[in-house]
Amino acid sequence: MSKTTRTIPRLILTLVLALCFASCFSSCGGIQNAINPAGPNAANISRLWWLMFIICSIVFVLVMIAVLLSLSKRTTEAADRVPVLEPSEESERRRRNVVVSATTITVIVLFVFLIASYSSGRSLGLNDPTKNGLSIEVTGHQWWWEVRYQDVDASNIFTTANEIHIPVGVPVMFSLRGADVIHSFWVPNLAGKKDLIPGKINTMWIQADKPGVYRGQCAEYCGFQHAKMALWVVAEPQEQFNLWRQNQTQQAVAAASDVQKRGQQIFFSTTCVMCHAINGTPAGSNIGPNLTHVASRHMLAAATLVNTREHMAQWIKDPQTFKPGNRMPQNNLSDADLQALVEYLQSLK
Amino acid sequence: MCEIASRNLSTTRRYRAPFCLCVFLCLFVPSCKREQRQFSTPPANFKSYDVTMSDLRPGVGGLPQPVQNPADQHAFDANEGKRLFTQYNCSGCHFNGGGGIGPPLMDAKWIYGERPENIYSTIVEGRPNGMPSFRQKIPDSQVQQLVAYVRSMSGQLRKDVAPTRNDSMNARRSEQRTERKTPLQTTEPPQ
Repeated sequence: MSKTTRTIPRLILTLVLALCFASCFSSCGGIQNAINPAGPNAANISRLWWLMFIICSIVFVLVMIAVLLSLSKRTTEAADRVPVLEPSEESERRRRNVVVSATTITVIVLFVFLIASYSSGRSLGLNDPTKNGLSIEVTGHQWWWEVRYQDVDASNIFTTANEIHIPVGVPVMFSLRGADVIHSFWVPNLAGKKDLIPGKINTMWIQADKPGVYRGQCAEYCGFQHAKMALWVVAEPQEQFNLWRQNQTQQAVAAASDVQKRGQQIFFSTTCVMCHAINGTPAGSNIGPNLTHVASRHMLAAATLVNTREHMAQWIKDPQTFKPGNRMPQNNLSDADLQALVEYLQSLK
Repeated sequence: MCEIASRNLSTTRRYRAPFCLCVFLCLFVPSCKREQRQFSTPPANFKSYDVTMSDLRPGVGGLPQPVQNPADQHAFDANEGKRLFTQYNCSGCHFNGGGGIGPPLMDAKWIYGERPENIYSTIVEGRPNGMPSFRQKIPDSQVQQLVAYVRSMSGQLRKDVAPTRNDSMNARRSEQRTERKTPLQTTEPPQ
């Protein structure tokens, strides 16, 4: 074999390995990452993950060293070796010791994992008694998230979609429901995943210690657009959160300009009104996301599109190009009507 | 000669199993269309003037040809119709087909016709005494799905197309198990 033919496979191997490592590191940091925790629950899970990763890596390296050692030993000694028919007492004892100690270490490692996993799971399941503050109800729909902020005062209850705001440093109670099929709520930076099961309410609590935006995603296959069923959790200081909540509890702003009034008319006279609600107007259907403050959200279509005028217009005209199979039908509006409708919806801050 | 015959025999035997498998798999081919979905809206093939209530018509020319509802052929569409029937609150008046504020939909009687185009125009144009018009509010493709579902409630659809069972408890037989009722034209006004 010539030198070049030998070096090419090696080069490829090195390149592939380098790419693997690079892809590993590129996932560090980021807004959807379980090993970049931003809250106590995620930190707990992340610690468990690192413990398992480090121990398993050490075990892997040790096993590989043992394999290589035994291979190299065999190739050097095999040629002039006489098969041993009656092993000596000494060598038998040595082998037995190796097997017993390896088994013991394995059992100890597994028990360490068992205890660590159990204690993490237990602390995740603990219900913090101090957390009877904010309670959020999340309902999974095909393929978006309905978010309802509960409150003892009924006038403070409001519904939004696909974007959850929470105050930093405060545990927030989440009750999870499924409207049609099983979904799973997973914001990796903040907590582990939990299923949303129709006819059942699951609860979990989430606390964000660092302000920021975290992305969550449905983690249980739920149909066509499962992959584009995402949400944002915005963790912000308490004052900022209070302002946001104050705004969300308000009714929608009235259409001011003529174009906005035209847009509102289109909303009421076409397909929009059959599924979407705008509080403070006759539109009250709860099949699709509540649009009372749609312009205040960062994203559209379950965190699929950035909320801009162009995206909103394209989405209304033909949602099936962005998320084929989703429940929103195409709308054959004239350009002027579409612009008026977008103008109105974008005024709903 | 004998050798050739035995070789032929072994060839036949060798291909028998794959052949049977192919034939068996071919049986599944017709079912492919059953769940076919179309995400972009197909052009509507119903128009309100296709609707006929009686043989009396102005002008010359025969009766309009009956219209085939494409949703009548697809189980997916009929099931979507079932979902929309609840979500658009049809059940608010017609209940689960038994009728209440609006007339029942699971019986044999039809006030405004049982043909797809009749039901289509009932939904789109509305009817006197309460049925609202959903013109422009429900896209044509979804009206067709609703039409298919409404027809399945009295067993007008094929058994393999009609919706099977509810996700929740069902107070009556599923649409698939509903016996086909021969449509009766009635002049009885809605109660």
